Amino acid sequence: MTDSVLSFQAVSKNFSGLRVVDEVSFDVARGSRTALIGPNGAGKTTVFNLISGVYPIDDGKILLDGVDITRLPDRERINMGISRSFQNIRLMPHLSAIENVMLGQHARARKLGSLLFPLGWLPGNRWASEAADALAQAGLATYPGEVVANLPYGVQKRIEVVRAMMSDPKVLMLDEPAAGLNEKETGELQLLLEGASRRGVTLLVVEHDMQFVRSLCDHVVVLNFGKKIFEGPSSEVHRDPGVLEAYLGSEAVGDAA
Amino acid sequence: MSGYWTGIVAILCFNIVVAYSVFLPAAAGQLNLGAAGFVAIGAYTSGYLSTDVGLAMWLTIPIAALATGAVAFLISFPMLRTRGVYMVLATLAFAEIVQGIYINLEIFGAAAGYPVAAFAELDIIAPITILVILFVVFLMATRFGLSMRAVHDDERVASLFGVNTRMTKVAAFTLGGVIAGIGGAIWAHQFNYVEIQHFNILLSTFVLLYVLIGGTQTPYGPLVGAVFFTLLPEFLRVSNEWRFVIFGVIIVLMMVVRPEGLVTRTLVERFYGLFWRRGRTAVADR
Repeated sequence: MTDSVLSFQAVSKNFSGLRVVDEVSFDVARGSRTALIGPNGAGKTTVFNLISGVYPIDDGKILLDGVDITRLPDRERINMGISRSFQNIRLMPHLSAIENVMLGQHARARKLGSLLFPLGWLPGNRWASEAADALAQAGLATYPGEVVANLPYGVQKRIEVVRAMMSDPKVLMLDEPAAGLNEKETGELQLLLEGASRRGVTLLVVEHDMQFVRSLCDHVVVLNFGKKIFEGPSSEVHRDPGVLEAYLGSEAVGDAA
Repeated sequence: MSGYWTGIVAILCFNIVVAYSVFLPAAAGQLNLGAAGFVAIGAYTSGYLSTDVGLAMWLTIPIAALATGAVAFLISFPMLRTRGVYMVLATLAFAEIVQGIYINLEIFGAAAGYPVAAFAELDIIAPITILVILFVVFLMATRFGLSMRAVHDDERVASLFGVNTRMTKVAAFTLGGVIAGIGGAIWAHQFNYVEIQHFNILLSTFVLLYVLIGGTQTPYGPLVGAVFFTLLPEFLRVSNEWRFVIFGVIIVLMMVVRPEGLVTRTLVERFYGLFWRRGRTAVADR
């Protein structure tokens, strides 16, 4: 059995009687680039919310590195090595780009001494210069002091990814990171993520852009109506009849066959 | 300085300090309409320690601050269970309860008021005010300040990034209480007389107004708001009958023109940019 960093075991979640995640199990191999795909409403974002601790789960278990994190409160999970971005940008609108990135460092700076040390006053402050470097590496060096609400969408989207990377996560979960980005921005995002992957970060990506998924990810999990319908290498997903049916409808598959 | 202006500067110091007491919870997203209640506790505590216990001011003021902070800490737990407009009402109710208690306490002179022995001149009040301002400016520049602003913007996401949101809000509320206690002590030692009638809803409302119209995004907002609203009525004295009308119109105009407050993040950033082009180029040049 491969070494899995994140293990989702028979997890179910109901929202007022509607079963949005139905006994879903999958493993994310350490260092892999796993994609979580499926039609709209399949439960992908809910799976992210369950892993990051936004909602408690009704049934099943979530293991991170073999440790049961099912009952851990959300703010403890980032310490365990889970970090995420959001489908709808959820940067802090009144904070500047660099401050948002520094918020991403919070999990590594929770000692009282770090909490009560001024950021960005003294030149060469470790946290501030690390955040500035991270922005520069992502090609966003032009905007550090700008309040994010004033920045263009594509830039905000990438700041979210940079922020999520700042906690040195084991598993980086990205919810539609490429949505709304133009071709150039998508390319830059892919370089950024490949860089993180080379450093050993496991990627778990929800994405609709299949070309992006195919070029970035090596492993795919497909959900439909809260159930897992496929899991395997990304080269095989477009040949799986169940997946084709879920995306195109059964008649279309019948016609093609 | 004439006695008239000394009096105005003393009031200004009091207003600035109390504005910062409301600013700290507001920066973390908590609206406090109960400033008067905390100020009253600070004023009576320092007054009592000065008149009845006979302590010197360098003791009465810090003890009053800590006592008020302790009360703020204790009530922060039930208070922070409420949100938005309900929190405004809860803090207002707290201030009313405090007023109701002091007006009935004979040891503090009940409704007749309570005399305070030691007198603080501007040379004590002004440095204290400056220390409070510097403290808050410093605090907002730390990672704790960043956490407060993150909680203000999006509590859920702050929590997902590891911020202890509950502790952050409790700390902001408690520190606000400490500063309100200092404000109350300033009042007690400046006027040498504490009357609960002064610490009413009008005081709480005006102070919250200083903060909201000054702006909650930066630690300079409350300073600008308090200075503006303390001095404006003095300049409006020329047309005494109409000054409250003009005052009200100005408040409404401000809310229309600058709903996020006079001083915003973007404004401060632009202001810095005028003098030294930090950030933008500094990082790009690497």
